[in-house]
Amino acid sequence: MPSMRTLLKLLLTVVLFAASAAQAEIVVEIVGGGANRHAIAVTPFKDETSRVREPLTPVIRNDLNLSGAFRIVDAVSVANVPYEPADVRYPLWQSAGAQSVAFGKVEPAADGQVKISFRLMDVAQKKQLTGGEFTVSPDRARQVAHTIADMIYEAITGQKGIFNTRIVYVLKAGRDYLLQVADIDGERAQTILRSKEPIISPSWSPDGRRLAYVSFESKKPVVWVQDLATGSRRAVANFKGSNSAPAWSPDGSRLAVVLTTTGNSQVYVVSAAGGSPRRVSYSDGIDTEPAFTPDGSQLYFVSDRTGGPQIYRSDVNGGPAQRVTWEGGYNVSPRVSPDGKTLTWIRREGGSFKVMMKDLATGDTRQLSENGYNERPSFAPNGRMVLYASQSGGKSVLYAANVDGGSRMKLAVINGDVQDPSWGPFNNP
Amino acid sequence: MNWKQLVLGTATVTLLAACASTKPETPAPVTSGSNASGQTTAPVDTGAANQGQMKVDPLHDPNSPLAKRSVYFEFDSSSVKSSDKPTVEAHAGYLKEHGDRKVIIQGNTDSRGSREYNLGLGQRRAESVKRSLEVLGVKDNQVEAVSLGKEKPKATGNTEADFAENRRADILYNGE
Repeated sequence: MPSMRTLLKLLLTVVLFAASAAQAEIVVEIVGGGANRHAIAVTPFKDETSRVREPLTPVIRNDLNLSGAFRIVDAVSVANVPYEPADVRYPLWQSAGAQSVAFGKVEPAADGQVKISFRLMDVAQKKQLTGGEFTVSPDRARQVAHTIADMIYEAITGQKGIFNTRIVYVLKAGRDYLLQVADIDGERAQTILRSKEPIISPSWSPDGRRLAYVSFESKKPVVWVQDLATGSRRAVANFKGSNSAPAWSPDGSRLAVVLTTTGNSQVYVVSAAGGSPRRVSYSDGIDTEPAFTPDGSQLYFVSDRTGGPQIYRSDVNGGPAQRVTWEGGYNVSPRVSPDGKTLTWIRREGGSFKVMMKDLATGDTRQLSENGYNERPSFAPNGRMVLYASQSGGKSVLYAANVDGGSRMKLAVINGDVQDPSWGPFNNP
Repeated sequence: MNWKQLVLGTATVTLLAACASTKPETPAPVTSGSNASGQTTAPVDTGAANQGQMKVDPLHDPNSPLAKRSVYFEFDSSSVKSSDKPTVEAHAGYLKEHGDRKVIIQGNTDSRGSREYNLGLGQRRAESVKRSLEVLGVKDNQVEAVSLGKEKPKATGNTEADFAENRRADILYNGE
């Protein structure tokens, strides 16, 4: 494997392999200048190769790199591997271009556990920015690494980190459809449901414990809710006709769904436990892809009531719908940012399906993805990145784009097409 | 026998437990159907419909217009074309004669665009066929219009002929 520096120089692309199984591959494409990226060095933790199941620092570097907010300074060529603050040789890090340096150690603890500790030091100020220690069993090192990355991310950017969150997507493997949940770096993928028939539109409950999705296992689309821990599941919308497009209310008590009992696709709200649906949208056309605002008071949705599909917004309790998109003849798949200030969606334009982003206050609109075929954007729970699927070479892969437009990461999952992704909440029970 | 029973009796979905993970909250294995609330799995005897009949059901006669089970649509359209009128009329006649028979109409679309919006477009096509049958006297409770959207394309190529093949609604009789 070529060194990271070679790749950076030659390709402006960093390929980081996950430390353990190398099942997932993250390719970070730097678009634009990336000038605001914080330069950080993460030196190997003491005894991380012997005392825990997998070393922590490759995971930490990978996380920080894929956030698009950091540039990883090559620590190998700097002759300093500190374990304590007194060990840090600041002039060396300064000349290597590092703005901060993170280091740590793994020590034995009682009952077969280990104590993992780390510190993040500011190079110019020579002071600690954050730090912590965790006493865990050695096989929990990966989660601790994600938590350390979260703490570093928060200390530098002031925003909550998302490295302990998960994503859901549908993997097409041969003739099978696999609903999978994985860490955001593509590791620890678990198959939640396997079917010979399509599965689409998975949606996370706000508590991170359940998924709603659409399964075609019964010759028609039916909305199911499945508990991730127990695997138990229930059809929550199985009415005559098609049932689809589930979206959770922020309090987790209700689901917006699309039903066709009137003879056309319309938006309804049902209890997450099932029960009688209440109609929300009223049109003669197709109304679909509802998404709650973070305060739960409104729904964004797609409607072709005026011709082509456009995005509308209406009160959850009914009332007139306001049209939100006016440019372009095809605007679909809306999602609202966690702070309610930004909208992301797909616009068809010139044969491309582009991931768009709009500041709802100013109306400023820009394109996040490349041209080509992209689908189903969703915000990270801290609002700083958008996950979507993109087709290239007949296959579909996942991308996460930094909302600042500075970088775009490809999450390549092996052995199949990946489609219909959704980024999970902070809650990761 | 209703659709729900049929469907649950024949569903072949398996739920998998995650393997090789250390997280204590890994999903537990589940048997398909056992958790569907308020629904029971009934055994299905697909031969029952023909019991006691001496002559061949015209539904299974390859020379009958009933052998055609698909209705095709123009781009961006959900109107049943005159070329498919004989197919729709034949099935309407059969369903009126056999008030116990039920059909599910699955609408399909070609492959580009939002999955959910395409589901809506496929539904519009299926509903169009359903209304055509109802206009000819078929009862509402004999027909269910549903959509597969772009999820189950019959043709997977990218030629106009492939797209046209996928702009389609299929008529499925219960038990099929």
